[in-house]
Order: sequence, then C-alpha cells, then structure tokens
Amino acid sequence: MGIDNIIFILIAVGAVLLFSKNIKTIARNINLGKDIDLSDNKAERWKKMLMVAVGQSKMVKKPVSGILHIVVYIGFVIINIEVLEIVIDGIFGTHRFFASFLGPFYNVLIFSFEWLALGVLLACVIFLIRRNVLKINRFGLKEMLGWPKTDANIILIAEILLMGAFLTMNASDYLLQGLNADHYIQAGAFPVSGTLVAPLIDGMSINSLIIVERATWWFHIIGIFAFLNYLPYSKHFHILLAFPNVYFSKLRPKGQFSNMESVQKEVAMMFDPEADPYAAPAEPVGEPERFGVKDVTDLSWKNLMDAYSCTECGRCTQQCPANITGKLLSPRKIMMDTRDRLEEVGKNIDTHGKDYTDGKSLLGDYISEEELWACTTCNACVEACPVGIDPLSIIVDMRRSLIMEDSKAPSELTSMLSNIENNGAPWQFATNDRLNWRDEN
Amino acid sequence: MKDSIIMSNNGMKVNTMAKMMAKGETADVLFWVGCAGSFDDRAKKITRAFVKILNHVGINFAVLGTEESCTGDPAKRAGNEFLFQMQAMGNIQVLNGYEVKKIVTTCPHCFNTLKNEYPSLGGEYEVMHHTQFLQQLINEGKLTVEGGVFKGKKITFHDPCYLGRANDVYEAPRALVEKLDAELVEMKRCKSKGLCCGAGGAQMFKEAEPGNKEINVERTEEAIETKADIVAVGCPFCMTMMTDGVKTKNKEEDLKVFDLSELIAQANDL
Repeated sequence: MGIDNIIFILIAVGAVLLFSKNIKTIARNINLGKDIDLSDNKAERWKKMLMVAVGQSKMVKKPVSGILHIVVYIGFVIINIEVLEIVIDGIFGTHRFFASFLGPFYNVLIFSFEWLALGVLLACVIFLIRRNVLKINRFGLKEMLGWPKTDANIILIAEILLMGAFLTMNASDYLLQGLNADHYIQAGAFPVSGTLVAPLIDGMSINSLIIVERATWWFHIIGIFAFLNYLPYSKHFHILLAFPNVYFSKLRPKGQFSNMESVQKEVAMMFDPEADPYAAPAEPVGEPERFGVKDVTDLSWKNLMDAYSCTECGRCTQQCPANITGKLLSPRKIMMDTRDRLEEVGKNIDTHGKDYTDGKSLLGDYISEEELWACTTCNACVEACPVGIDPLSIIVDMRRSLIMEDSKAPSELTSMLSNIENNGAPWQFATNDRLNWRDEN
Repeated sequence: MKDSIIMSNNGMKVNTMAKMMAKGETADVLFWVGCAGSFDDRAKKITRAFVKILNHVGINFAVLGTEESCTGDPAKRAGNEFLFQMQAMGNIQVLNGYEVKKIVTTCPHCFNTLKNEYPSLGGEYEVMHHTQFLQQLINEGKLTVEGGVFKGKKITFHDPCYLGRANDVYEAPRALVEKLDAELVEMKRCKSKGLCCGAGGAQMFKEAEPGNKEINVERTEEAIETKADIVAVGCPFCMTMMTDGVKTKNKEEDLKVFDLSELIAQANDL
C-alpha cells in the first residue's frame, strides 16, 4: 500500500464521518417536529414512491426540464457504480478493478457511463443557460435572490466539472492503454472521451498523460467527496430525501384536511348531555397543547422533512393562483422559510442547549399573515410538487394558530365566522329562510 | 302523488326529511343544498334546476330545509377548527337522526367536507357530487339528455378545486358536457392543472390580498381564449367568480356561465 492509498483512505473516511455528522444533525432537526403515524398503507406508499420518485412521473409534466432531469438523475445513479470502482482502486491501488472479473460486460458499463456523463454535462449546461441566460421566470422570483441562486449555480457547475474530469480521466487512460503504459490494462470502451477529449491531449508523453490521468482521477473523487458534504447545506439534498418524502406523502384525498384531535375532545364534551358544566377541569397533563402552528417545532416531522426535501424548483409557485396574480404568497417560499427557521432553531440548540428560545418564530418573523390569508387552498402546489411536499398543510396550520390562539383574521372573515356561529351560514341569513328557494323563480 | 310531498309555487316537488319522517317514509337520497344554494340568488337557480331534474327522473329525495346548517368548510379552511367541528357534530347528529345513507350535493365544498372530513367525527355517508349523480342516472338509463339545444355550441368546463384536485373527479362533469351534444373545449389549465376561480379557502368571503390582478379575471381570460359559448361550472362559488369575471371583461353577450345541472335542465326543457 502506497502513500497515496493512505491519503485516499484518510480523505474518504474524513468525508464519510463529516457527512454522517451532518446527516445526524438534519435527522435531529426533523425529529423536532410533532410525531405523526405514517406507518399505514405500506404497499400503496411503495407504489407511489416507485412512480413519483423513482419513476419521476411528476417531473415529466414539464417535458423539457423533466427529460433533462431524468438524464442527470439516471446519470447520477448509474455513474455511482463507477464511483464504487474508483473507491476500491483508491484503497487498494488497483486500476479498473471491475474489469478483471466483469470481462466484456465492463466495456458495456464504461461505454454507457461515457454517454451518460456527456448527457449529464450537456443537461447541466442547458440548465445553467435556462437559469442565467433565458432567465426562466420561476427561477427569478423574489425568494430566489441571493444564496438560492448561487446554490443552484454551484451545483450545476460542480456537476459539469465532475463530468469533465471523468471524461478527461477516461481519455488519458484510453491513450495510455494505446501506448501500452504499465499498470494501464486494456479495459473499457471510450466512445465519448476517445473522440471528443483524447485528440486534445494526444501526442503527450506517457509521463504527462499519467499526470493528467492521476490529476483528473483525484479531482473527480475528491470533488465527489466535497459534493457529498455540500449536500446537507444545499437544496440538492433532495437527491436523498425525495424518496422517503414521497413514501410518506399524503395518500388521503387532497381535499381532506386533518381533524384536530385536541379540538375533538372539547367539542365532544360540549355535545355530551351528561357532561357536568361545573366540574373542575381535569388536571392538565404536561404542557398545554398549542392550537395550530406558530413555530417549526409545532409542525409535524413530515412537514419538516418536506422542507429539507424541497429543491426550490418553483413548480408549486408557478401553479399558485395567488402568486400568479401578484400576491405575496409563494408556496416555495413557505418551504424555504420553514427550512431556514428549522436550521436556525437547530443551531440555537447546538450553541445554547435544548431549552433556549430566541424569541422568534416561523409565523411572524419568516412568514407573514398576508401570505397566509392569500391562499385559496386549491391544492395546485401540492399537485405540482414532484417530491410529495404539502405546503398547504403548513399554511392551514398557521391560519389555525392565527385564529384560535391570537384571534387574528381579516375582519370580513371574522364576520363570516360569526355568521356561521349565529345562523349556520357564512352570510347573514335567517335559518328559517333556508327553504325559500323552493317557492321562488 | 304521495300527500306528504310538498308542491312548491313553481311546480317542484320538494320534501323535507322532517315531513317524511312524520309520515313514516324514508328518502332514498338526501339533497344537501348548502348555504350558497339556499341563500345566494344565482346559486338558488342551480338548486332549482337540479331539483327539476330529480323530479323529472322521479328520484325519491328530501332536503333538510331549516335543519341544514353550514358544513363548516369555510370555517375549517379559515383555520377555525373549533367552529368547524361544532358545525360538523351538529350536522352529524341531524343526519344520523334521520339515518341518512346517501347524500348528493351541488356544492363541491360541502361534498368534500361531508365525504372526507365527517367520517372520523362519526358521520359516514355515501356522498356524491351532483355531476357524478347525474352521470350515474344517465349511465343507468334513467335520464336521457336531449342534445338539440346545444348542438354546435362550444362549452368549456371550469374544474372546481374541491371536486377536481381535491377528490380526483374530472370525468363526470365532462361526460355530461358530451351528452349535451356540444363540443367540449379545454382551457389551457384544466383537470389536475386547473386554475382556481379564487374563491376557495374562505376567499369567497373576503377581499383578495394586494396583487396585480384578480384570480377570477385571470381564469375568465383563459375561458374567453377558448372561444367557447358557455363556461360550465359545478360549484356555486365558481359560479359567482366566473360570472363576475365575465362582467369585468364585458363579455356577457359572448360567454354565458351555467352550472351543468342548469344546462341539462335546459336541454330537456325542464
């Protein structure tokens, strides 16, 4: 084992340790949410996950970005087989380890990796053009200014560099194989790098080619380790969470909102003729429960997982009737705010301990009442999301807090609610007139 | 005719659950009229059109009349879960008291609430939207639609959010348009991508937040683009929003707004 193998092992172990530490923090943050039981309907959940996450069924509703995304997605999944080989080579100092026992099939693999790498590279270039030159509207909305835009560009440029390095590595290897260089066994098929990249470096000496091959090999694998550790800080984390997030997404009809159990008990008591109105209230057990959602810790863990799964594509906002007509509400911003606030709460716990409060909350400091009241609860955002995110449930839970905790609502809504209370209709009409339609024309 | 049936001034036969129970009779289906259908002048016409069809087919139905109360939908969407559950429990007591098994309603909001949100509170019924009910009557051969009136007309259908996306009912209303012998033209955003009229989530009862356009105008423009003669709706709130939108665009002459039950009643000259 040479010194380079030891360096490789140290980098790999360091990268994995750092990554798992960050994953643990994210899992801890998600678990700050309220518990809900989503262990039901396993078969249906698997089916939905296969369709929507693995099969990308919602992505292709926008054919251009959908198909380009599938190229990158398949490229990512398949090229990871190559990464496995690179890791083995890195640890043991072998070269193209899989070639030794895969035989001709190895050539088929490399052949397909080459084409996929080119596909990923081109798709990412087109994505960059869409974001920065064509300036597709959904990528330029208010909430995307600053870091979110940079984040997206970093990801795309990183992928282009990684694929570029991969193809250059293959090209130099191809040339070295042609020159019968030691250690560079005859293995692989290089339809892309052999034609596109090799001519650029052809004619270099064996030693120079080895330097190119080694440099791109190291750049590629260190790049992958760096990218892995970038994920937890980025919207790109969706590549991991998309799958569980779709699995745990809502299976009920979209129009069915949760019936709050805490309210159910009180209402049942009011309808119970046996209930003693003068009875002393039962001893409260633990902290009194808050109605609705004020801060991220009032949300369910699924809402919080939604926030970490969001890749800020903006399909939700693009479909939102309120946003289309210029209102402040953007379902994507609701998810980005939720994640930002959750990260803040997480950091507070890390620095100040579990019981620290910073006096801020998701509702108010991040999401305004105006945004919440603009929602028509039409479910367009939920329908549009390719990874099973439900921004609507957060919006409604926050309205619950505004109404039931703070008695805050637009005045017309307050009158509507008191009409229902007084005469069983949202308008001020007498119950006795309910059948008048029968005798009118 | 059974003597317990009340003839209204305009020749409709509409029974209440209370009257039927007093006579020891039961209705096959309860027609849940809803608040808009009971009080809003435009929506009341939808209610009457649907009743005329029910009478025409001879459906043994009844309404709750003064015993009906808001399902609680707008309260729930506005965030007042307490008021919603109070309404729900009250309604469930009434419905269960009459041993109601099957409900049909012309309002997708009532439909969604009764169908999806009442069961876990103790109210389990078979709930249908009136477009589903009408499609079933047609499929069973109980209702035939005379196509003549609408032959050659273009009709576009505006999906109500609480029927379409909320409950995945897209085909029943479209099947009705086809029965009218009219040409069904789709708006750019339709079915699961349909654009809301702007009234859902208790927006019906308040001014919109500041923006650069009203949602109903955006939707109406899309309907106008189809060059349809009629925009068919299946919801009393969509009816209000689309009618207002057409007025705003001064297109009252070119684009009429009707509920599907009204179109069927017109086709059959009821």
